Amino acid sequence: MSIDDTRQQFDDLVTWATGTLQADEVLLASLRGENSDFVRFNHAVVRQAGSVQQRSLTIDLISGRNHAEGTVTLTGHGATDQARVAALLDDLRAQRAVLPEDPYLLFATDGIDSERSVAGELPAAADAVDAVATGATGNDFVGIYAAGSTFEAFGSSMGQRNWFDATTFNLDWSLHLQGDKATKNAYAGTGWDEQAFRSKLEWSVRELAALGRVPKNLPPGGYRAYLTPAAMQELMGMLSWGGFGLRAHETRQTPLLRMVTEGASFAPDVSIVEDIAGGVAPDFQRAGFRRPDTVQLITRGAFDSHLVSPRSAQEYGVATNGAEDYEYPLAIAMSPGSLPSDRLLDALGTGLYIGNLWYLNFSDRTACRTTGMTRFGTFWVDEGEIVAPIEVLRFDDSAFNLLGDRLEGLTDTAETILDSSTYEHRSMESLRLPGALVSEMMFTL
Amino acid sequence: MTDLETRLDDRLRRVLPTDADYASARHVVEKRTTLGVRNGVVEPPAASHDEGVMFTVWRNGGLGYGATSDLTDAGLAAAVDRASDWAQATSGRSVVDQTPLLHTVGDYETPVVESFDSMGLVDQIAMLTNADAAMNVDERIVDRGAAIIRYDVETLLVTNAGGRVAQRIRQVFPDLHATANVGSNTQTRTYGRAAFGGQGGLEVMAEHGFADAPVRIGEEAVALLDAPNCPTGIMDLILAPDQMVLQIHESIGHPLELDRILGDERNYAGTSFVTPDMFGSYQYGSELLNVTFDPTVAGEVASYGYDDDGTPARRTYLIENGILQRPMGGTISQVRAGLEGVANSRASSWNRPPIDRMANLNVEPGDSTVDDLIAGVEHGVLMETNVSWSIDDSRNKFQFGCELGRMIENGEITGIVRNPNYRGISSTFWRNLTGVADDFTTMGTPNCGKGEPNQVIRVGHAAPHCRFSAVQVFGGVA
Repeated sequence: MSIDDTRQQFDDLVTWATGTLQADEVLLASLRGENSDFVRFNHAVVRQAGSVQQRSLTIDLISGRNHAEGTVTLTGHGATDQARVAALLDDLRAQRAVLPEDPYLLFATDGIDSERSVAGELPAAADAVDAVATGATGNDFVGIYAAGSTFEAFGSSMGQRNWFDATTFNLDWSLHLQGDKATKNAYAGTGWDEQAFRSKLEWSVRELAALGRVPKNLPPGGYRAYLTPAAMQELMGMLSWGGFGLRAHETRQTPLLRMVTEGASFAPDVSIVEDIAGGVAPDFQRAGFRRPDTVQLITRGAFDSHLVSPRSAQEYGVATNGAEDYEYPLAIAMSPGSLPSDRLLDALGTGLYIGNLWYLNFSDRTACRTTGMTRFGTFWVDEGEIVAPIEVLRFDDSAFNLLGDRLEGLTDTAETILDSSTYEHRSMESLRLPGALVSEMMFTL
Repeated sequence: MTDLETRLDDRLRRVLPTDADYASARHVVEKRTTLGVRNGVVEPPAASHDEGVMFTVWRNGGLGYGATSDLTDAGLAAAVDRASDWAQATSGRSVVDQTPLLHTVGDYETPVVESFDSMGLVDQIAMLTNADAAMNVDERIVDRGAAIIRYDVETLLVTNAGGRVAQRIRQVFPDLHATANVGSNTQTRTYGRAAFGGQGGLEVMAEHGFADAPVRIGEEAVALLDAPNCPTGIMDLILAPDQMVLQIHESIGHPLELDRILGDERNYAGTSFVTPDMFGSYQYGSELLNVTFDPTVAGEVASYGYDDDGTPARRTYLIENGILQRPMGGTISQVRAGLEGVANSRASSWNRPPIDRMANLNVEPGDSTVDDLIAGVEHGVLMETNVSWSIDDSRNKFQFGCELGRMIENGEITGIVRNPNYRGISSTFWRNLTGVADDFTTMGTPNCGKGEPNQVIRVGHAAPHCRFSAVQVFGGVA
């Protein structure tokens, strides 16, 4: 089914459901779906390949301050889907009858229609397999090709309609030498360019050659380090876990608690924004609120604004800025600095070039102290020259150090990273991050 | 079979290609309900009804799948066509060129003592409201909540040579949390961070003492505010079952997944320090360590009769008296590796293909009492309830944190400490296992992530208290 047909069916279904409402009922409906191909590779051959077509509809049925929410999968066929929605509405009415009023209910009553379509020209699935398998021949290639259209929509019984769709691909891979010695790369976008893919693959092959040197086994301690944008992605992921949401701040569970209670700050070079306009996520959310183009989260090292869901807005008496309930950024962007990207190794001098970090978690959340591992493409650099890969190291350090007084600089360019996550559905999150040079990073194991 | 089940069975069989080397349809209906009360306010309940089917086709050495939520006849036929197209596109390019899968017939259903639905929504709200209120023991409690997540999953697997496996799994995950704060000191206690889940009905709540937990959780959160930081040093460590869940999961479960050993996960979840030559001889832990893969434990989170390839499940020792015996690999991985495995080929839902997963992975009980373990510690700490987990991609170098520690001096518990953490290396940590208690608590986790495309799956773990020697222990920022 085409995207246009899907959109029309959603509109028809919400209009039909609106016609079945009783008394003062209000209906909020959110559609999410995808038509995706997934091809998984190991040793440059296919482990699993297939397609997933799925769509689900979430309805919040409201009467006064009483409401209940439910989700059903849809078939894409009018009569069948109407029957499913009718059954769901009956269930929600039955639940709502015994539920107390919800003091934190908030939804858009004067929402604005919107539409955004990110068009793509993707190769036929079999051609993509052929291109990857052929290009990867001779290398120990592991990874996944995920491609197709995703779509999200909002509709309400008050007539509001918002639509988003994107047709994209994301090839996320690693080349392996032996054991855990590997290099990581990705090629993502809206149009497949064979030459661009080959170029990225060749870069991976060149980096792999450097991993062939005898690995350096470093003892625990503090090391000067350069963190690539991919490594910074992991650190940003941790900051995003309660760092910017209003509820986490109000309940004192934010890892940035010391910014709230003690006036702690990052270095003045650090400015972080939720950049919906520059990302690929929808600009509307499930209660019908639009997301602003940007929300300034950290400005010159100091905390600026929260991400505020409608529920938090009601609970804490502030305005919402269209965050979902979990108040997690969808398009985080960090301002670049002045460190020349083409002279990174010179700037690092002697220390660690960290290509990727892995499996981060808080070792002391309220101090924003984080632990994690080095992973792909991490090297020891001596006087500006890559000397050897390293055996994996565990770091344990606070972002207040790494992005604070130990931050020597951010690169003068920022890299756009399209999230390759596919839990339940293909992610539409993105990040735009520079690399970071730190004077010391603490490693413990 | 009901009429509805018969009709579904017929419709799925009708579209399966008879000329394929193997073809299957796996239909899944997952009903999930979430109900919670936070700070005295009933959160909007959410219910989802997720239904779809995945067709798998093997033909001429190629393997493809097509999954769809469109269950009309046209939708089913289109999904089969997509699976067939993928099989053709991957012919001669797959990791396995012949299907080893079975055409099994069987069924399984979670035993339920007392249906959860026997308690009406009003009473469920009252139970959670009371639990939420009971945690409010002190004005320093700044956030609290009580919730129940329930799953009712029906799976029907039919194959093109008469296979038919029908299963119904019902799981309950109760949860509690209380957060206390003063200034920059925030401490949270939980009900095992959803670890105290299980299969069944209302009895799951009683088996893990849900009714008595809220006051304790609130009081411990407040007490941790005034507790000293966990000391730093090399010392004995006793892990309570709700931390053993994590320790087993990360440093035994994932390293023994055969698809990791075969390299499938190297781009995402990681590889394993375990290599195929270790099975049958490698000293994974001390002789006190006995680990079973056991989907037959009544009431444990991941019990089932068959995995999602239709392989019958049975209890199997993975580590016996400390010696590594076999990996966790399903039928396809077993063929690829030339190793015996277990029935652990599992998919998170109809929209993801089966891969090697944990199911119930348990450390078998020993013959010491918990008091015996404590009495044997001159200087050490007992840690409860996981809060932080991190491990390298070979599943070797780990660092884990807990919500609460209890200091032990000269064989006696002397007080609590906050922010307890420890780190170690899997390949040596389990060899320092010096005591295994005789208690045995079935638990699990609802959030095990892995696979490309990514999959979250619910797994079970059962464990006694365990004691380890010479562990690197430390606390939080002063």
